[in-house]
Amino acid sequence: MIQLLANPQRFMDFSRWFTPIVAVIAAGLLISGTAIAFTVPEDYQQGDTVRLLFLHPQLATTGMFAYGCLAVSAFFGFVFRHSLADAAARAAAPIGAAFTFLFLVTGSLWGKPMWGTWWEWDGRLTSALVLFLIFLAYMALQASIDDEAKAARASNILAMVGAINLPIIKFSVDWWNTLHQRASISLTGESGLADVYLLPFFLTMAGYVALFGALWLVRIRAEVWRRKAGALQVQLAGKA
Amino acid sequence: MGSLAALFRRELSLAWGRGGGALLALSFYAGIATLLTFGMGAAPEPMKAVATGTSWVALALAALLSLERLFERDYEDGALDLLSLGGPALESVCFVKCFAQWLSTAAPLALAAPVAAVAMRADPSLVIPTFAAALVGGLGFSFTGGIGAALSLGSKRGGVLIAVIVLPLFAPPVIFGAGGLAALSEGLPWESAFAFLGAYCMAAVALGPFAMAAAVRNALS
Repeated sequence: MIQLLANPQRFMDFSRWFTPIVAVIAAGLLISGTAIAFTVPEDYQQGDTVRLLFLHPQLATTGMFAYGCLAVSAFFGFVFRHSLADAAARAAAPIGAAFTFLFLVTGSLWGKPMWGTWWEWDGRLTSALVLFLIFLAYMALQASIDDEAKAARASNILAMVGAINLPIIKFSVDWWNTLHQRASISLTGESGLADVYLLPFFLTMAGYVALFGALWLVRIRAEVWRRKAGALQVQLAGKA
Repeated sequence: MGSLAALFRRELSLAWGRGGGALLALSFYAGIATLLTFGMGAAPEPMKAVATGTSWVALALAALLSLERLFERDYEDGALDLLSLGGPALESVCFVKCFAQWLSTAAPLALAAPVAAVAMRADPSLVIPTFAAALVGGLGFSFTGGIGAALSLGSKRGGVLIAVIVLPLFAPPVIFGAGGLAALSEGLPWESAFAFLGAYCMAAVALGPFAMAAAVRNALS
């Protein structure tokens, strides 16, 4: 599969009809999941804010999934020096950053009615914050080196260093959070989820991941076109 | 081995020469610790509670300051090209450079950290643990920081870019170092924190040079 799609032309032919399919699947899942989310009963403790359960955890999962895609693409780009993998890594970063940022915002909005504060240094929020910072570092590095091939290679290295570090950061933040044995504040644990919530929870979960997939494909296609346009411009300048 | 030893001596003399290196980092450390204290306010109890942690954060910032010159200077004057062509592998060159940087700036800073902590009313019994943790943590700062310094070679942003890359990677050593000292001062079990700190720093020493060498090769290509 990867071998087959490594050829940019074949990838463009494939993604041309595959991207709309993913987008339609994402729209279907999100519309049905969100519609059901508004019909489920309110939580006896959280009231209406329980509906954030069908947005907030999904954003975190998608953000982390995006980083996974970025790191795997960076690995292929680094090892096989493949330009399509570089494009895929580069395309994933802003989408992942956006999902992680929205996770932080919805976490903050949920925190106000639930915890009484806009921000709580809880393990998940804090490690998502660090993930967001790593996305920003990746994009800053990518943007600040003029030579595109060098920028791609440097940011691929950073993406892999980040991938090694993220589990350690997650662990250290969790450790830091339990150091003082504060009253454990946690959102309704997914494990204790009532049955009525399960269906919309997983529908929206799949929906946001599919949404990321569709946006990612669109951005990779745009990246390939951008490079092609750059190459044509160089050709044209050579002729003139 | 001889060439690496010569490189080590060169790095140390460059760090100490021309009023740079340790003195500069120490002055910066004193300045930032003073500002942090001003920011906290003079109330003794809150200050005491965060003293070791604050001295640690100042350490991370002071470590950042010297990173910019780690590769940039040699990159600009072409010495890095020569080093990459020479006998020893680029990985060992990066290792030696970071090690020399640790010895010339992080080790003096580790001596200053307990002084700053006690000045911020930390318990004097924390002097030796603060020094030891800062010494080990400095290894982690130098070797993860070196990755950021090598990656940002050839960019136009320099120091700020290094900080943006490196600060998220500094989270684990700061958490384990400052957390272990906090646990120690509160009489909680502290051994695991320092074990994790040591593990992180050893992993950085072992793996960092490979990432740095890859980044330097990319910048030189």
